[in-house]
Amino acid sequence: MTVIAPTGAAGAGSIDGEPELQRSLRRSVLHFIRRQPLGTIGLAIVIVMFGAGLFAPWIAPYDPEENDFNAMMQAPSWVHLLGTDQLGRDIFSRLVFGARTALIVGFSAAFMGGGLGLVLGVSSAYFGGWFDLVFQRVLDVLMAFPLIILALAVVSVLGAGVQNVILAITIPLIPRCGRVVRASALAVREVPYVDAARALGFGHARIVLRHMVPNVVAPFLILLSAFVGQAILAEASLSYLGLGVQEPVPAWGLMLQGGAEEYATTAPWIAVFPGLAIMLAVLGISLFGDALRDAIDPKLRDR
Amino acid sequence: MSAAPEATPLLEVRGLAMHFPITEGIVMSRKVGDVKAVDGVDFTINRGETLGLVGESGCGKTTTGRCILRLERPTAGQILFDGKDLSRLGRRDLVAMRRRVQVIFQDPYSSLNPRMKVGDIIAEPIRVHGIERDAGRRTERVRELLSTCGLDPKFADRYPHEMSGGQRQRVGIARALALDPEFIVCDEAVSALDVSIQAQVVNLLEDLRERFGLTYLFIAHDLSVVRHLCQRVAVMYLGRIVEMAAVDELFDNPLHPYTQALLAAVPIPDPRVEATRDFRPTMGEVPSPINPPSGCVFHPRCPIAVENCSRTRPTLRELRPGHWVACSEAR
Repeated sequence: MTVIAPTGAAGAGSIDGEPELQRSLRRSVLHFIRRQPLGTIGLAIVIVMFGAGLFAPWIAPYDPEENDFNAMMQAPSWVHLLGTDQLGRDIFSRLVFGARTALIVGFSAAFMGGGLGLVLGVSSAYFGGWFDLVFQRVLDVLMAFPLIILALAVVSVLGAGVQNVILAITIPLIPRCGRVVRASALAVREVPYVDAARALGFGHARIVLRHMVPNVVAPFLILLSAFVGQAILAEASLSYLGLGVQEPVPAWGLMLQGGAEEYATTAPWIAVFPGLAIMLAVLGISLFGDALRDAIDPKLRDR
Repeated sequence: MSAAPEATPLLEVRGLAMHFPITEGIVMSRKVGDVKAVDGVDFTINRGETLGLVGESGCGKTTTGRCILRLERPTAGQILFDGKDLSRLGRRDLVAMRRRVQVIFQDPYSSLNPRMKVGDIIAEPIRVHGIERDAGRRTERVRELLSTCGLDPKFADRYPHEMSGGQRQRVGIARALALDPEFIVCDEAVSALDVSIQAQVVNLLEDLRERFGLTYLFIAHDLSVVRHLCQRVAVMYLGRIVEMAAVDELFDNPLHPYTQALLAAVPIPDPRVEATRDFRPTMGEVPSPINPPSGCVFHPRCPIAVENCSRTRPTLRELRPGHWVACSEAR
């Protein structure tokens, strides 16, 4: 009996897969770190950001929305690590809570946009014909607008606020995902296990969701990591323009706007730190996404 | 082996045609031609019988199978399964019919969803069709099906990529059996396997036929496997059936010139015989099914063609009892 296992060394007796799985997981994590130093840096940034967002109330030394009129526009010091803004709010605390906003908006928009794009893209490929043709033209129209323009249009219709910002970023992400996923799904549609599913009398929903979607997941994951970065950037841009998250909720784009317009020379730390946070977050996610693509793509895997 | 005593047809295919349109342009698309993959095919399969469908690649044998499975909607013709026309069934009737007609595919690698465990692959149809609603009994049924197909029930927890080609093909067979079908289309079911594994799988298919009273349409290009497993054989060429007979009759006494050429192309495993025998390969290439030759489609390559062959399309004639040939010159 031959067992073709992807890890090679894994041999017989691997039917109870749990310890096996853990071992191979650890091995692939170590492998990832060694092969992808930049990706590891990206991963570290993402982890730090997650930690900040998740444990914000315990990390932040001050209430991010509380004004302290005795300590306005103070330079970084041991009392206020990154200084305070024009209303006396602690910038470090606001950055930490801002990570939470960025993550909520970034991940919600990326997952909703990606998820909808995934299902619609695979359905488009599966049904084909007129549905495919019309649906792809609709995507073409949506794709003609840059992400931020379309998001601005949605916000101006729906109004600002966290939920509307999420929706506004979700909509332009749908066609970007649908297009890529459809291409992979077209190949999957011709594979015999999809014919087998049809011959077994399964419904369309089951074939699309259970048999096709899981098999286009590799390109989808890479896309998703890129989407999180794009969504965070879009959220910061919208907030900067005053169309996104509204005061006093801490958001990086909002902090940047408040600082950059009036106090760029007198109190540069108000704008510099949120700007750095945005840059680092997007850089980290992009680096991690690139490394993930290299690690998942079998053609690049062993170089 | 004699034919089944109670000769009631389970499947009757009449005038089946499957033409794939070739279109030009995207928005204002217009038809510029047809690929006539299947062009007027008739045959019957009796209950408990195995009909072999042979022919070279591109002759339409797989498309015929796909039409019977309703993976394609045929352009014309009837597919009567137990009296009901499969080609005209609506969605609900079709789902009910799919329980009775199943398929085993050629490639054991791509015919199983790589993201599902073997147990789930086999349990899914049982669950979807509501045959066994209790999860425990369903697991039991999966184990039973696996051992029926000669696999250790422990394989239920494995993924397809952890198994060999032969083992995977057994999983494919177990999945086909999960719905307890009457009729199975075996589309090149052993062609992708090693010769030693082929024999095992052919034997398994034979055992299952005896045990569950199955009827097969066995699509293949390997004539020795067909001779072993089938009771009757139909030979296809360019979308049409050119000859159909009981298996021994066809192999010992082929009447159609194409069948004769096909059988002559089988190498004999004895170098001395092979060196001395008179082998004349068929001239030329298979013509395109987009623009097939007029009259008898085989006439441009036929050694015995006469002038009339390019004008009239020959129909199947019963030259001997149970031996049908579509050739006006065959005697």
